[in-house]
Amino acid sequence: MSSNFGSMPLRYRITIDREQCMECGRCIENCSYGVFRRDGDRILINSRNCTACHRCIAYCPRDAIMLEEQPCDYRSHPVWTRTVRESIYNQARTGKIILAGMGSVANLPIIFDHLMLDACQVTTPPTDPLREPVEIRTYLGKKPSKLDLRQKPNGDVELATELAPNLMIETPILLGHMSFGAISLNAHLSMARAAQEVGTFMGTGEGGLHPALYPYQDRMIVQVASGRFGVNIDYLERGAAIELKLGQGAKPGIGGHLPGEKVSKDVSRTRMIPEGSDAISPAPHHDIYGIEDLPQLVRSVREATGWKKPIFAKIAAVNNNAENVAAVARSGVDAIAIDGFRGGTGAAPRVFRDHVGIPIEVAIATADRELRRQGLRNEVSLIACGSIRESADVMKSIALGADAVYIATAALAAMGCRVCGNCYQGLCPWGIATQRPDLVARLDPDVASKQVANLIHAWTLEITELMGAAGINSIESLRGNRDRLRGYMLDEGLLEILDVKSVGA
Amino acid sequence: MCGIFGVMDKRRQMMDGSGIRQALSMMNERGSGEGAGYVAYGIYPDYRDCYALHVFFDNTCESKKVVDATLEQWGTIEHDEAIPTYDQPNLRVNCTPWRYFFKPDASLAPGSASAEKDIVTNLVMQINAASNGAQVVSSGKNVGAFKANGWPEDVADYFRIEDYEGYIWLAHNRYATSNPEKWERPDPFNLHDWSVVENGKITTYGTNRRYVESFGYTCSMSTDSEVITYLIDLLTRKHGLGIDLAIQAFAPPYWEEIDRMPEAEQKLNRALRFAYGSATMNGPFTVVAANPDMMVGFTDRGKLRPMVVGECGNRLYIASEETAIRAMEPGIESITRPAAGEPVIGRVAP
Repeated sequence: MSSNFGSMPLRYRITIDREQCMECGRCIENCSYGVFRRDGDRILINSRNCTACHRCIAYCPRDAIMLEEQPCDYRSHPVWTRTVRESIYNQARTGKIILAGMGSVANLPIIFDHLMLDACQVTTPPTDPLREPVEIRTYLGKKPSKLDLRQKPNGDVELATELAPNLMIETPILLGHMSFGAISLNAHLSMARAAQEVGTFMGTGEGGLHPALYPYQDRMIVQVASGRFGVNIDYLERGAAIELKLGQGAKPGIGGHLPGEKVSKDVSRTRMIPEGSDAISPAPHHDIYGIEDLPQLVRSVREATGWKKPIFAKIAAVNNNAENVAAVARSGVDAIAIDGFRGGTGAAPRVFRDHVGIPIEVAIATADRELRRQGLRNEVSLIACGSIRESADVMKSIALGADAVYIATAALAAMGCRVCGNCYQGLCPWGIATQRPDLVARLDPDVASKQVANLIHAWTLEITELMGAAGINSIESLRGNRDRLRGYMLDEGLLEILDVKSVGA
Repeated sequence: MCGIFGVMDKRRQMMDGSGIRQALSMMNERGSGEGAGYVAYGIYPDYRDCYALHVFFDNTCESKKVVDATLEQWGTIEHDEAIPTYDQPNLRVNCTPWRYFFKPDASLAPGSASAEKDIVTNLVMQINAASNGAQVVSSGKNVGAFKANGWPEDVADYFRIEDYEGYIWLAHNRYATSNPEKWERPDPFNLHDWSVVENGKITTYGTNRRYVESFGYTCSMSTDSEVITYLIDLLTRKHGLGIDLAIQAFAPPYWEEIDRMPEAEQKLNRALRFAYGSATMNGPFTVVAANPDMMVGFTDRGKLRPMVVGECGNRLYIASEETAIRAMEPGIESITRPAAGEPVIGRVAP
């Protein structure tokens, strides 16, 4: 399509320090976007193709490559920002919805960064996790609100309450749902092995379960999404738990989109869709048009799997989050994952990703409050997700009321991802968000699984230390303990919603 | 750092308050002279069927009218009077202690298994949460709490606690950290049957408070002993747990210990932690609690605060320090120091 725009200013500029460069060509081999090519004994650069994935920089043996973002200035303008102008040029040229990868880039304040954690000083002693136990073991699933006890003739008390199946995790960190298709088999394998190593679980996403992952099925939460891709009875039976995906934080109100470029033969077989076709899951589940339909789906899935597995539901955090959560809690599910508006994605319309939804901090706080108010808190566990970046975010999520968190972008970063946001192109040079065999082969599951396990292990250690410093030796004592948070530079309305006091109070 | 003390006579033999006064003052090193309190069971035999409400009025003239009216809506005031007090040079009096002997009208809480206690609970929540210049500091049958801002001896002399006779006494010597001027603030905290004294500071106040408030309790005092009293009332009265299981819920075994238990015990302990995770108390504490039939003591599962238990004849003692027990019972027969998280439960003979 022709336009009068000419070429847009470069987004990134790559330069090579010619004195350092030894023309080894590793940059050419590594860059899947075609930034580098050889012309005689010289390496030429086409910065226009660059995505800032850093692969060339990471693998240049001489540190000869440098990257600069936005090397060309626009006239500065507080309203007509670069992003706004470039979107207009892009849409004026194409007439299309702009697609984007990874989480929101909207420059909005991050509430987590305005919440400070507490520690003990003199009125209470800190607990030293090196010398005393600090328990972070977590059980996800329904808990009884009351116990039914019977006295035996010998005076002993016997429990008559039947406990619902729970998932036991050794750390409150789960690996979130990213489908095979959106990411590679080696990425899935790496996370599955990491989940097994650290004693947690991993979400399959809506792309089915590849046979190579069967050895790890006891560590998998299999997902049923609106497209029902890859769903059959074998799939359901293999998972340790089943998650019904009702929404996603990066794109509340719309379905999923896997570009056809990423639907390889393997992906096509696992998803049960034709090779090379776009996999577009519908916005609603077509068997859930009202909340009363959800319990039916929950029961069908339970019936199909013999009432043995915990059932999760995942929803996007939107305005009436508290009401949604209370409604889902009544449907019989065992856990609800709430995905905040900063949640990641392989591909989402930019306008949704950056403008729809509410922050996870608020969503968890209001969900916990509403469930307690309605006496439903023990009916479900709450999982916070959508931009959990570090161990402090995990602590703060739990103090706001979550039982555990899903991490996804952080896990990708642990495998090498540089958050360049071009997942939808299917050319990920790190072998993560791609199905091209030569690129996938770059990700060695032996190495990457260790890196993911290391990350979770390191966060777990930090959480243990933070809990010890706060004088808390079991994770359930941190849960909903808003008293141990203080808001720094948050407005009064937000403090009230979070039910957190201001610093100094 | 506070000092706590509890004594119970299993045969309901009465003890006047003088021995308790002496025991508590032995632990003055643990206090700061800004708060002490006593609670005794069995002190109002003439009104044994009435709920004895001890109320502190900021201003008798205005606040009392409000409380009178509220009580009369929910039952009958059989008798009320100022609690006799005797000025002490070191006590700055800033409220008027009053007592009501009150009979709730059970027909106003139809369908409840413990209608009278439900009414009393709601009245206490309502009066204490409102800013009406009145604080109910105890509300049980045949029980009363006496507390003020001062050293244990001055508080005891102000109320002349040697004039009262009870078969269970709890007492608290406060090291103040906040609101030292408030007379209602020191332990013991009481809600109808249950009284609590605590040495410590729980790190789970926020979690515990959120939990009990979702069952209709209102924490207006912001003290540990308040939330602990409500937790005990909720678990034992509303949820029907025995006190042993309730304590197990407050200071549960570690998961590793539970993993090693025989199956039935494991199941029960897992269920307790599942159901009552939000009632679990963390941080340093020793709690001594009593109701008309028992006195119990328990610590956090790391035992970051002391608890000494003494036994002598029909008397059971639980205190922060052995010296306090010996002050009251020089010939004490047995002194033990229970392990972390191991509760002490003493019951009055039926």
